[in-house]
Amino acid sequence: MSDVEMSDDEIAARPPRRWHIAVFLAPAVAVYTALMIIPLIDTLRLSLFTTIDNHSVFNGFANFVMLFTDGRWSNTFWNALGNNMVFFLIHMSIQNPVGIALAAMLSVPRLRGRTFYRTAIFMPTMLSFVIVGFVWKLILSPIWGVAPSILNAIGLKFLFGPWLGQESTALVTLSLISVWQFVGIPMMLIYAALLAIPEEVIEAAELDGITGVGQFFKIKLPLVLPTVGIVSILTFVGNFNAFDLIYTAQGALAGPNFSTDLLGTYLYRTFFGFQLQLGDQNMGATIATMMFLIILTGVMIYLFAVQTRMRRYQL
Amino acid sequence: MSTGKARTSLLHTGLMHLALIAYTALCLAPVVLVVINSMKSRAAIFSAPMALPGPKTFDLIGFTTVITQGNFAGYFSNSLIVTGTSIVAVLLFGAMAAFALSEYRFRGNTLMGLYLALGIMIPIRLGTIAILNIMVATRLVNTHLGLILVYTAQGLPLAIFILSEFMRQVSADLKNAARIDGLSEYAIFFKLVLPLTRPAIATVAVFTMIPIWNDLWFPLILAPGEATKTVTLGAQSFIGQYVTNWNAVLAALTLAILPVLILYLAFSQQLIRGLTAGAVK
Repeated sequence: MSDVEMSDDEIAARPPRRWHIAVFLAPAVAVYTALMIIPLIDTLRLSLFTTIDNHSVFNGFANFVMLFTDGRWSNTFWNALGNNMVFFLIHMSIQNPVGIALAAMLSVPRLRGRTFYRTAIFMPTMLSFVIVGFVWKLILSPIWGVAPSILNAIGLKFLFGPWLGQESTALVTLSLISVWQFVGIPMMLIYAALLAIPEEVIEAAELDGITGVGQFFKIKLPLVLPTVGIVSILTFVGNFNAFDLIYTAQGALAGPNFSTDLLGTYLYRTFFGFQLQLGDQNMGATIATMMFLIILTGVMIYLFAVQTRMRRYQL
Repeated sequence: MSTGKARTSLLHTGLMHLALIAYTALCLAPVVLVVINSMKSRAAIFSAPMALPGPKTFDLIGFTTVITQGNFAGYFSNSLIVTGTSIVAVLLFGAMAAFALSEYRFRGNTLMGLYLALGIMIPIRLGTIAILNIMVATRLVNTHLGLILVYTAQGLPLAIFILSEFMRQVSADLKNAARIDGLSEYAIFFKLVLPLTRPAIATVAVFTMIPIWNDLWFPLILAPGEATKTVTLGAQSFIGQYVTNWNAVLAALTLAILPVLILYLAFSQQLIRGLTAGAVK
């Protein structure tokens, strides 16, 4: 304790500026501010401007009005937003339950081959979207015929179709490919949360005769719900700025007939232009701002509503 | 009674293994299928896609095409330069900032922590349009440096968040003893705290590396030139160009998969320990 007092005296004696704190913070704050915060703010600003004869002119919310109401923009925008919702809902309803189920099985005590299963199931998460997109594109290709012959082997050949090429199935197929890639993340995080449950809780449940599947749903699942919340918000943020997989598998036009268009691919096309349409920086910024607002809303809902309720649940 | 119970638990375990094996197969099969077919002749790829390459079907024509027509060596070195430098910058700058936040009490500490944490949830991609404007103005388009700066900014928030948690655990007595011995704050950071937090730094390195190596968006927008293409973008454009040449496509995919796979197998325990930190001891 006397040490602290001594150093307090020292602080009082020497000049109050502690420059080393600034030195430690400077590089990180500089890079982060220059390439993350300023560009983000500048993008939000650009959404309020329009470019006339190479001059930036303040435009109020006209870009947003155009995005929501002008048929040239709004049809594509609502389509991309709707597709993005479907993309997210498929992740939530398949990726998370499968991840929880896998985590539950892996966390069974004395399970043989646990490390092998864990390593193998997490592997696709490490691969880039480019690899994943092309690998599945080849496998699902009717030209190669691997998928129909596998389905044939289990007697389900009648189900096969050119899933990535049909408007009705392309979005669901791509969502499932993305789920295949990312199941590892909920699996790992929930697995860790399950292992962190104190022994005493489990023992108390067993004394009360709650075991097996009942124990999982009544005791363990409620305890890992905060982790499920974290996984959900990570999924939400990831899904609403997804781009790579669609671009790789279907191209910038997000075919067939824009049926797999997400906000990310729409932003890319608007900003860079495609076919006959020229790139438009301000409309690109408007779409980016919408994505920002959507993601911000999701994060806010998570932080305020879900977090507080879960904390109460935990107690 | 007890044998019945044992039998049901045996049945449960069996069913569980069955489910896990089936799911593992679903994870591995697509990758295995691509790798084995990359080493087969075109005829064999179509006639027997499931078979391993045999003496009659073994053919490296795909790899020959990729190596002679593509510039994969260049793409790899670009990816290595960009990813390697970014990781070093994220770890060094991130650890320094984390140390400042966790070690010193100063006005605005909490606010600074929150400011730096914003980037964990808000993706850097949303600022792409302004980032491209900055890169054009500073002539950093089609340079390694442009990508490195963006990836450093992208990696910092999570790195600072995780590292400051770990640095809080470094014993205060140790640091105070060093101060009494006359070590400067810089010496305490570099000689004492940094070595002690090495495991956490390794974990952050793996977390930082994966999204940078795999990213398609920023290379596509900031560095699409042939001289600065990363492996991810290079594979994407090569495959797009050779889309009807199945041997070349499969070989290019295999070349893109193998280094990631080898690195993953080498570091998977580290990564998994990081993800499940605290729970798996």
